[in-house]
Amino acid sequence: MIWILLTITVVATAASDLLQSYEMKRAGAQSVGARGMGRLLRSIVERRYLLLSIVCLAFSFFAFMALLQVAPLSFAVPASAASFILETALAKILLKERIGARRAGGSLLVLCGVVLLGR
Amino acid sequence: MPLSTKTIRTYLLLLLFLGLRAFGNLSLAWGTKHLPERLAADPLVYLRSMLDPGIALGIGMLIVALLVRLALLSVADLSFVLPMTATGYVLAALLGRFFLQEAVSPGRWLAVALIFGGAALVSSTPQSTTGQREGAK
Repeated sequence: MIWILLTITVVATAASDLLQSYEMKRAGAQSVGARGMGRLLRSIVERRYLLLSIVCLAFSFFAFMALLQVAPLSFAVPASAASFILETALAKILLKERIGARRAGGSLLVLCGVVLLGR
Repeated sequence: MPLSTKTIRTYLLLLLFLGLRAFGNLSLAWGTKHLPERLAADPLVYLRSMLDPGIALGIGMLIVALLVRLALLSVADLSFVLPMTATGYVLAALLGRFFLQEAVSPGRWLAVALIFGGAALVSSTPQSTTGQREGAK
């Protein structure tokens, strides 16, 4: 059960992250002041990919909530980072972000730590 | 060289996001572990669980964290944001250990060092590599 919940969490999170990043880059720089938050909430309604990302996030969140109930916090949160390398690779392929050697190396190091933490 | 306003703003957003997510997850974990019923595929169970104060507080903090993250993604690359927010996994281990009394092995603490090293390496790279389209619709 733990692994099913983890898989749903990871796949839905990856989809949501990519959609959010793609749409927010198109929206331009945002702030988190009172007016900025209002604009952000409007963006969610107006931008369909952002709306779809929220649906993915909801699936991810409810699966994660159920995971937290049956697994320790110190396992569930690091294990949910299993999508890490997949997301970084997709950011390069789909979002055309440049992943330099340092960024790739740092990401791999973080992944190693996350995997070890999840054991 | 002085830090630019954009860099300072990016790191402030990052800190705010990390704090909200870590304590939001802690509150959610505490709440779900004290629920009288098991969370399943039934949406009604989830709706009832949201009446629990720990879960409600956790969800509130995570919603604000989501909005802060959207703002963060508008000024920084996903491949920068992902590793930097990975320090949140370290915070989760610490909060689990000290607030929920979970057993964390020496191997897990070693993992903490790896994550910090990786995050530090990534933080020395440019935050955005694709360019910004300010105000673009």
